[in-house]
Amino acid sequence: MNPARNPAPRALATPLVHLASEPYYHATGDELEVFAAAANSRLPVMLKGPTGCGKTRFVEHMAWRLKRPLVTVACHDDLTTADLVGRYLIVGDETVWMDGPLTAAVRAGAICYLDEIVEARKDTTVVIHPLTDSRRALPVEKRGEYIEAPPDFMLVISYNPGYQSVLKEMKPSTRQRFVALDFDYPEAETEARIVAHEGGVDDETAKRLVKLGGLTRKLKGAGLDEGAGTRLLVHAAQLIASGMSPAIACTAAIARPLADETDTRDALDDLIRAVF
Amino acid sequence: MSERKLFAHELEARLDELLLLSLRQRSAAEPAALLEALPRQLQERVLHWAGVAAQTSDDLGWLIASRAAEQAASLGGRLDDWARAGLDAYDRSGLAATRRALNDFAAAHQAGVFESQEGVAFGAIEGRLSRFLHALEGRPLKLVSGPKAWTDSETLWLPERIDAAPDAAGNRRLYKAIAALLWAQTRFGTFNVDPEPELAQWPAPEAALRWFALFEAMRLEACLARELPGLAADIAGLRGPWPAQLASTAAALAQAAATAADSLACLAELRRVGAGETPNFPHVGALDPLAARRVRAVRIARDTATLRQALNLLRAVDPSAGGQDHPDYPPLAAEGQTQHVDPQAEFLALPPPAREAARSLQQDLGEIPPEVLQAAGPGAWQPVDGVDSSAAVGVTTQPDAFYDEWDYRRAAWRHGWCHLYEMRAPVGDHAWVDEVRRRHAHLIRSIRRRFEALRGEDKPQRRQFDGEEIDLDAQVEARADRKSGTEPSPRLFIHRRRIERSLAVMFMVDMSGSTKVWVNDAERESLVLLCEAIEALGDSYAIYGFSGWTRTHCDIYPVKRFSDRYDAATRSRIAGIEARDYTRMGVAVRHLSGLLARQNTRHKLLVTLSDGRPDDYGDEYRGRYGIEDTRRALLEAREKGIRSYCVTIDRHGADYLPQLYGPAHYAVIDDARKLPQKIAEIYRKLTG
Ligand SMILES: Nc1ncnc2c1ncn2[C@@H]1O[C@H](COP(=O)(O)OP(=O)(O)OP(=O)(O)O)[C@@H](O)[C@H]1O
Ligand SMILES: [Mg+2]
Repeated sequence: MNPARNPAPRALATPLVHLASEPYYHATGDELEVFAAAANSRLPVMLKGPTGCGKTRFVEHMAWRLKRPLVTVACHDDLTTADLVGRYLIVGDETVWMDGPLTAAVRAGAICYLDEIVEARKDTTVVIHPLTDSRRALPVEKRGEYIEAPPDFMLVISYNPGYQSVLKEMKPSTRQRFVALDFDYPEAETEARIVAHEGGVDDETAKRLVKLGGLTRKLKGAGLDEGAGTRLLVHAAQLIASGMSPAIACTAAIARPLADETDTRDALDDLIRAVF
Repeated sequence: MSERKLFAHELEARLDELLLLSLRQRSAAEPAALLEALPRQLQERVLHWAGVAAQTSDDLGWLIASRAAEQAASLGGRLDDWARAGLDAYDRSGLAATRRALNDFAAAHQAGVFESQEGVAFGAIEGRLSRFLHALEGRPLKLVSGPKAWTDSETLWLPERIDAAPDAAGNRRLYKAIAALLWAQTRFGTFNVDPEPELAQWPAPEAALRWFALFEAMRLEACLARELPGLAADIAGLRGPWPAQLASTAAALAQAAATAADSLACLAELRRVGAGETPNFPHVGALDPLAARRVRAVRIARDTATLRQALNLLRAVDPSAGGQDHPDYPPLAAEGQTQHVDPQAEFLALPPPAREAARSLQQDLGEIPPEVLQAAGPGAWQPVDGVDSSAAVGVTTQPDAFYDEWDYRRAAWRHGWCHLYEMRAPVGDHAWVDEVRRRHAHLIRSIRRRFEALRGEDKPQRRQFDGEEIDLDAQVEARADRKSGTEPSPRLFIHRRRIERSLAVMFMVDMSGSTKVWVNDAERESLVLLCEAIEALGDSYAIYGFSGWTRTHCDIYPVKRFSDRYDAATRSRIAGIEARDYTRMGVAVRHLSGLLARQNTRHKLLVTLSDGRPDDYGDEYRGRYGIEDTRRALLEAREKGIRSYCVTIDRHGADYLPQLYGPAHYAVIDDARKLPQKIAEIYRKLTG
């Protein structure tokens, strides 16, 4: 099919993000080297870790570093194969083929980031299999097309092992295709630097926010499913930077998102009050 | 919340919903009419307590609602305490006692027996405070109420009620201040000095202790200020400025370098110059250093033994310490005869219980004493392989199965090591189950409703071959496909039929002696609630108890096999669950996961309910051996496609559980009474 004759509706096309400036990322281990090596060896990568600890930011940073475009897909339980691979649309009286984000990424030699992959339907995850082994290809059945991925194409998936239902476990046949990187909350000093940078607050405020984050993490399993991730700390910092008092900012950005139950909420308020 | 008062008809509707009155042919019209006059906030409190009470029983809900309607206006701010007193009486002795307690309380209130309406009861703040303290660093403290506020360094006692401040917020702050300063005693070394020689020189040691407590409070407040400035500011605000004659002492003790010894020096100084009247600060708890030091000494001995043993074991397995056969524990740096356990790096080399012991020692002593780290020298440590007390037990029958056990020190299996017996589960009083069902009728109903939502009946399945509705997305796609000459997919419908869950759950219940009384009751109650709820789901499930006494006597009690129905016989066996011996967990996991693996379902879930770590008679299974073996058993289960989840009632559990279960698959509960709801929640999260 001639794309010039059938221009795809632009609004629906997958955006290929070319990151022009460096996304700030503070390395916490050897993840930069491992990721770069995996990219070099054309291996897919899996990022594991709790929410808000920098996985998405890391991928953005690596896309910039490797000078490759980035395609991000947030997976959900209604995500179909067609949503990833593409489908025919009717434009006027003509049918037009529209690449899905995965196909677009393969064609462009981009990094394709599937966020929270376990959320996707089981039959959907299967389409990535041929891309993750030595075939490195994407069969587009509807068009009878078999796209071999260019060397720059790279598949990255993420998932949070702490937040899963048994019915949504990732199959070994899927997990064992990936080079895995474990993410965790950064060490206090590093995290404070991140919070100061991202939130635009002074070092002292950042340090206290990180202290508060650490205290909430001790409540995992004892009132909270998970403690505050770096993201929440950054949010609180941003509110503080815009002139809000630390206590109100932390309550709104950290305590409320974390807990509904009264005792835990009150205890979080006490912790906020204690730190500031 | 809007401030508008609720009208009688609105109140009636809400009460009706909370208490399911329409089903019971009672009318909320009368209480609603009475409640209409109250301010909105009080109306909401009444509705709140009616709802809470109804979760326990419908009658209790009705009683609270109807009495509250009559008495709320005069109770005002005491309504919460009034309701708590009533619920408490119900738990102890039933409905009639509740009626009495509510009336007594209201009468006492009218007579002005209570000092204020602003006092705060321990029960009202316990949950909040215990979480607050849990988040702070250091060894966890158990929170209980008692006649005076003090800590023995493991348990923290707080008064039953605080009524010193003019408003409730102030009283809550006071609770927090007292608790925080007591926590600080255990964290910043109050019990590291021996005050006895000094106390002996005082004519009234009581007074001396109060002075000492005050000096420590000054020092500890400053310690807090360095880590938690907001908390320290709160405390300073509560106490107001120190009296002039104490100000210089307070300033001296606020120095970063000050220790408990300096407080003791202040005490000696005071004795020399002569102490005036002992000042009384409400935020300063009592101090019983002698009791605390006894507890501390026992703990230090225990931690030292644990740590020593762990270090020796590491070396016994591999003289270079660490050893490649323990990929999970990086090697420990060994220098000559002395092991320097540096808190940052080398702690990681230790197994979790030893790490916990080392941390605890460091908290108690400020450092790990070098003699603990000293290699014990060849021969000082004897392998405890020989612990085999089968003779003491007198085994008469043939075991039902033999299981291998993992010995991490040898990095090898002990073949046929554990003798497993399937015992007949004892039969209890099945009226007890009926009683629980009655008492928790409301809760069961609400858990059931929540579980029913899990069935996913209403979850639309898209792109099906046929169904009740047309899937528009699929239709559009199919049309596009047809136009383009591709074969369209025939999956064009949305189907709403129930999704087959295909899940089997095994509940493995700890029947060790340590679960006696409270844990055990809670375990049994939560099993009743769970059965009621899972019945609604239709998942296949089984319940087995386990306990034992050495490797030759590992007992499994089938309470409900997968094939058993939830009938009167099963219910009597649940009632019959009782605390027995020890917790040799690995063999139980192996046996039960074997049974579970045979289930023909897609998903298999093993849920253990216990009150702590694996443990068995004799030293062997206690500590790392038991943890390693259990972990191994859980890994084997995982290989069979079984997921495990552990619910533990254990305040010290969080340290070794990640090691056992992997970071995601456990929950620690500090209160056995929360077990039923927690399990329902976990079950929902795991399978939802
Ligand atoms: N190492 C880091 N360097 C720079 N910023 C970081 C780092 N870690 C976390 N952040 C900050 O935390 C925020 C959240 O991180 P991110 O969105 O990457 O989390 P995530 O791991 O993708 O979470 P989720 O699993 O919820 O998607 C980022 O926007 C960034 O501000
Ligand atoms: Mg993300």
